[in-house]
Amino acid sequence: MKNLFKLFSIIILIITSNSYSFAAEKVEYLKTDWSFKGLFGKFDRASLQRGYQVYTEVCASCHSMKYLSYRNLAEPGGPEFSEAQAKAIAASFEVTDGPNSDGEMFTRPGKLSDKFVMPYDNVKAAQAANGGAYPPDMSVLVKARGGGVDYIYSLLQGYEEAPSNVSLDDGVYYNKYMYGNKIRMAAPLSDGLVEYGDGTNATVEQMSKDVTTFLMWSAEPHLESRHQMGFKAITYLIILTILVYFSMKKIWSRVESEV
Amino acid sequence: MSDHDYRPKSKVGQWFNDRLPLLTLANHLTDYPTPKNLNYWWTFGGILTFCLITQIVTGLTLAMHYIAHADMAFESVEHIMRDVNYGWLIRYIHANGASMFFLAVYIHIFRSLFYGSYKAPREIIWIIGIIIYLLMMAAAFMGYVLPWGQMSFWGATVITNLFSAIPLVGEGIVTWLWGGYSVDNPTLTRFFTLHYLIPFLILGLVILHIWALHVPGNNNPVGIDIKKPSKDTVPFHPYIVIKDGFALLMFMIVFAFFVFYAPNILGHADNYIEANPMVTPAHIVPEWYLLPFYAILRSVPDKLLGVVAMLSAILILAVLPWLDTSKIRSAVFRPLYKQFYWILVADVLILGYVGAMPAEGLYLLIARVATAYYFLHFLVILPVLGFKEKTLPVPLSITEPVLGGSPNLAAARNKESKIE
Repeated sequence: MKNLFKLFSIIILIITSNSYSFAAEKVEYLKTDWSFKGLFGKFDRASLQRGYQVYTEVCASCHSMKYLSYRNLAEPGGPEFSEAQAKAIAASFEVTDGPNSDGEMFTRPGKLSDKFVMPYDNVKAAQAANGGAYPPDMSVLVKARGGGVDYIYSLLQGYEEAPSNVSLDDGVYYNKYMYGNKIRMAAPLSDGLVEYGDGTNATVEQMSKDVTTFLMWSAEPHLESRHQMGFKAITYLIILTILVYFSMKKIWSRVESEV
Repeated sequence: MSDHDYRPKSKVGQWFNDRLPLLTLANHLTDYPTPKNLNYWWTFGGILTFCLITQIVTGLTLAMHYIAHADMAFESVEHIMRDVNYGWLIRYIHANGASMFFLAVYIHIFRSLFYGSYKAPREIIWIIGIIIYLLMMAAAFMGYVLPWGQMSFWGATVITNLFSAIPLVGEGIVTWLWGGYSVDNPTLTRFFTLHYLIPFLILGLVILHIWALHVPGNNNPVGIDIKKPSKDTVPFHPYIVIKDGFALLMFMIVFAFFVFYAPNILGHADNYIEANPMVTPAHIVPEWYLLPFYAILRSVPDKLLGVVAMLSAILILAVLPWLDTSKIRSAVFRPLYKQFYWILVADVLILGYVGAMPAEGLYLLIARVATAYYFLHFLVILPVLGFKEKTLPVPLSITEPVLGGSPNLAAARNKESKIE
């Protein structure tokens, strides 16, 4: 019985270490304590709201987030803006709608049900405006990169002068965490770039943490309910397993064999 | 199974049962005499049934929301993850369920290898099992294509391209499989159709698998034929039902851990990037459960021979009952086989590891040695071992050791509990 459990853990260890080994690059990422990690991990609400501010003021000029709707901003488990705030955010964007009864497309202020407005109409337009490089959609970005949140967090702070043996083309920058170290995005953050409403000091480190938290939420909007349900489900299973174990012992005590 | 003279008690029951003997079947399933010394390695059959049902139920639910179209598949998966009620839960159960299914099936297969469950008179059970395993791999591969991420697209491209290795007609077959000149929308829709179909084929084969099992009855850790029913057996219900239930719950705890706390750890990050035919990922790797075969494929320098080697690695299992010449089933009484068994386990794990690594340098060398050993095990070691090995004395019944049997057997049982 104990051995079976041991074997289980070994197999799982092998599987997970296996999938890690080819996902992770050799570099050591910067570490910070993420509030959403662990059995009871939850998002830091204030950090999410600040992160949204960084996203919308800095990232959103190039990066789309096409799978999110403005209503998500007011939903539980997210930044939890009030409905009025979320409506105001939505209304600040111009949305193309239509065709109307005359067959014309028209623009109107955004509503809660609208998806996040994209900075470019399509991938080609995005590439044309960014020297051929497509700024990836950010909806699931942290799940689409091997190092996850640590990678994004490090990348945002990883800009430095290129070593003398590395030559960079125009519009290419050196980043020690980027795959191949060459990145087409200029350092997006600088100290004091945004002015936080809650008075938090907008250092590059702080903004990186906030926006990465926001990106984690955008990729996993149900993370909090997943953690909560997981704890309940596993607790339930453990209790049931114990009860079934004793029932099994009782039933098997009728035969002269061990379980 | 024919030794039943079951008759329902009620008049209605008798009337029904005379016309359709479902009650006789139910009675057979509850009374089914099972060896009482089955250990926990025997609980994985039930666990696998659970996995299959879980995949079918969650899969049906996902199919209600998923859109099999190259332009919409990725978005519809995000729709499931965000807007469908508990869609994230259903999808994570389905995605991790595939991994859990393979984890269980590998344990099930290696249990069979250790205790010689594939030997006469259980060859048909074993062969049906191998067909199920092949279908599982096909279903899993096609399921991985459906989210239409980068790894979906390029995995599909790499695997379907294997058919181009067939001389003369290879290219034509690939075009036919794709429904075009590259992996595209027609490929996605047919993969979806087949992914939907295969689980039901598996379900049918599982019924045959169990039917075939119920003819000779279960093998057991001692590996001897036993009289049924007798002192050596217990009725399936409640003894085996509760034991399987307990093991299933343990399994579900592991399953739940992955679903709730590490739902993406077994997947590849690139599959959260929408498929893009213009950008090839740095490393194209299949899911972990296919890695050993991927390593075998890549270890052969020639494309056609690589495909042949990979297919042979699976199909060789189908003739295993005739490759293993030993009359003794359980490795408990085969001291040499037991050692080779564990070497094979290590060999397959090594193949899985190098399958995830780039096929170059030392990794490639290791993959080649491990591939060669894999075939050596089945084609040379097993046939020879049957003739050369000095096996330990086998008891006459399961109860013998319990009722104070031979000293040899006590030693054997001690060893057995060590590996348990």
